[in-house]
Amino acid sequence: MSLNVILFFVLALIAAVSSVMMITRRQAVISALFLVINFFALAGIYLLLQAQFIAVVQVIVYAGAIMVLFLFVIMLINTETEEKFLERAKSFKIFAIAIALLVFAEMAYAILHAHPSALLPKISENVSNGTIQSVGKALYTDYVVPFEAAGFLLLSATIGALILAKKKFD
Amino acid sequence: MIHVSLTHYLVVSAFLFSFGLYGVVTRKNAVMVLMGIELILNSANINFVAFSKFGNYGLNGQIMALFVIILAAAEAAIALAIVLNIYKTFAHVDVDKINNLKE
Amino acid sequence: MNQSTFLQILPFIILSAGIVVAILVEIFTTKGKALLPAFFSVLFLANSLLSLAQINVSSNLYQMLALGGKAAFFNFIFSIGALIAVMSSVNYVKKYGANFGEYYILLASSVLGMMLMAGALDLFVVFLGLEVMSINFYILAGINRKKKTANEASLKYFLLGAFATGFVVYGIGLIYGSAGNTNLNFIINNFTRLLKMPLFVIGLGLFFVGFSFKIAAFPFHMWVPDVYQGAATSVTGLMSTIGKAAAFSVLIFAISPVTFNGAEHIFRPYFATLAILSTLYASIVAIAQTNLKRMLAYSSIVHAGYMSIGLAAGNVYSVAGIIFYLAAYTFMNLGAFGVIAIVEDENDGKTDLKAFAGLHKKNPMLAGFMALFMFALAGIPPLAGFFGKYYVFVGAIKQNLLYLALVGITASLISVYFYLRVVVYMYFKDEEEDFEIKTDYPGMFAVLVSGIFVLIFGVFPSILMKLITSVLR
Repeated sequence: MSLNVILFFVLALIAAVSSVMMITRRQAVISALFLVINFFALAGIYLLLQAQFIAVVQVIVYAGAIMVLFLFVIMLINTETEEKFLERAKSFKIFAIAIALLVFAEMAYAILHAHPSALLPKISENVSNGTIQSVGKALYTDYVVPFEAAGFLLLSATIGALILAKKKFD
Repeated sequence: MIHVSLTHYLVVSAFLFSFGLYGVVTRKNAVMVLMGIELILNSANINFVAFSKFGNYGLNGQIMALFVIILAAAEAAIALAIVLNIYKTFAHVDVDKINNLKE
Repeated sequence: MNQSTFLQILPFIILSAGIVVAILVEIFTTKGKALLPAFFSVLFLANSLLSLAQINVSSNLYQMLALGGKAAFFNFIFSIGALIAVMSSVNYVKKYGANFGEYYILLASSVLGMMLMAGALDLFVVFLGLEVMSINFYILAGINRKKKTANEASLKYFLLGAFATGFVVYGIGLIYGSAGNTNLNFIINNFTRLLKMPLFVIGLGLFFVGFSFKIAAFPFHMWVPDVYQGAATSVTGLMSTIGKAAAFSVLIFAISPVTFNGAEHIFRPYFATLAILSTLYASIVAIAQTNLKRMLAYSSIVHAGYMSIGLAAGNVYSVAGIIFYLAAYTFMNLGAFGVIAIVEDENDGKTDLKAFAGLHKKNPMLAGFMALFMFALAGIPPLAGFFGKYYVFVGAIKQNLLYLALVGITASLISVYFYLRVVVYMYFKDEEEDFEIKTDYPGMFAVLVSGIFVLIFGVFPSILMKLITSVLR
């Protein structure tokens, strides 16, 4: 077994376990920390997939900025543990589990029966190497329209966060 | 010799998606629901990056993943501002109990 | 980029530059809230005229954005709709306690997102346009953070909207993976080949489910009544009309392979189910509503159902019918919300039926317009709503889907009841609450413009229909 294979299985296991832990913990703070672990594992998976830039952004933006924001808010609003989450309407929980399993089974079926050509590993080293240079070049040439749109998305979000949290009322 | 193929990545992604779905449906705390949504977005990102590499489709999968991360950042900022306002007016963030509007 | 391309993307440039200028105005002066409504009104008017002038153009920008044609027609609807929304906001936001310059900036940004959606030639642009629109709507719904109702509406809208976004993103991921490309034209041209892959079908399914949330069709409607009731009336008007039109513009594109490539319509059962459930369920529930905003929320679910009938039929005629319907619906509903915005008082009150009792004595003009919009929404000929339904139903019958047309007709018979009840309250009941309606000239102007469009679409439907069919080609 090569190092890549071992790394993949370790990271995938961490991602899966941490997501399960995140969903089932009662305290939001602990869930948030498990989500951070999950994001780190995903960053490792992106590195295995030669998406260096995405991996870095995943750590900086997701694990760094977004989760810090989450933790701040959780601490600020001081949510007590969700009472009775585990005892909550059994039938409803079973229903939710059934839905999740159904979706998973459906996807697994589709993935395993996917078009063979789409599943053959045909890696070309020069094309999908997600370094900062190649991603940046693509962003400013082929994807300039969505890039500008993303700029407006962030602009609106900035204005929105300010107006929702800070605007003075007269 | 075991190969890590596209299928492996897709299964991980489908697993995270299903669990994110489960979290969104069952949790009552608004912040937890948001975390479930983040999980769903991340599972989609694994798909994009994996397809981008194994399908030999060029970089657009990775760029889509980048846009999804941008979206997640924007959504998190707005969502947490809304959650804070909810906490200020309702004094809790339990989605099931936020039911002031007439049914 | 040559000169003609520059002219064609001018609406986008004007709007985005306008947003940036407005932010600067808001930063450096304190007059933003007085200046910006006029500024954006002029801007939207200019954009609507420019879009109308480019309706015969057929071009694109970097294979990402379609220019002219259908996109231009949608841009025209969005711009006029936004103009009406701005007009009815001017005095309303003062009552509502959200008289900020930022309100108009967010409104304009949401329109930018809609224009991106309507012109999208690539799933990247669909996704980003959808998000630019939705994020602005989440903020606009909760713009007055002191109000419990606004916060509740905003949270519910956000949670379900973001959930739907998750579906859309995952769906796009699977579509991209099986097609190897995110270009919509590529996907449409290879549609029959791609349909053989289960991954593609599931991806497309998730994509449609995500958009079903956005158009507010039945099983995905649970957020609609609360959000429409809790958000500011002018914002509700905006998101229930042109916001919905933008979501439909994407769905129309997505079913066009069926229309133009002769592929078998595998999603017909899905849209047919949506249509039957939405029309019947919502038209029955709407009867029990006494709050007008909530009643119109259910009515918007019913109308999404009628339009889904068109999606299920999926022929050129029904697609043209949907576009006509969207245009007509935009003006009827914006007008109705405009009237409610004028009648509403400082504390979100006066939005229930009782407040409208005896309105014709208090303000005959307002009552007259409200009656016009209610008749149009009920689909009484010869008003805009009737022809919208007519075209969609005929499209369904041409596709041998008589049962869908019958369900639609049944639902519209049921819904006549709750629309006409408003009229009865206004004309045949005595005043129950004594209050005065403040004169609101911009608001009246918005109502007037909507009324004129409803009449034009009703009296000359064939002209508009010819225009739409020429756009679809």
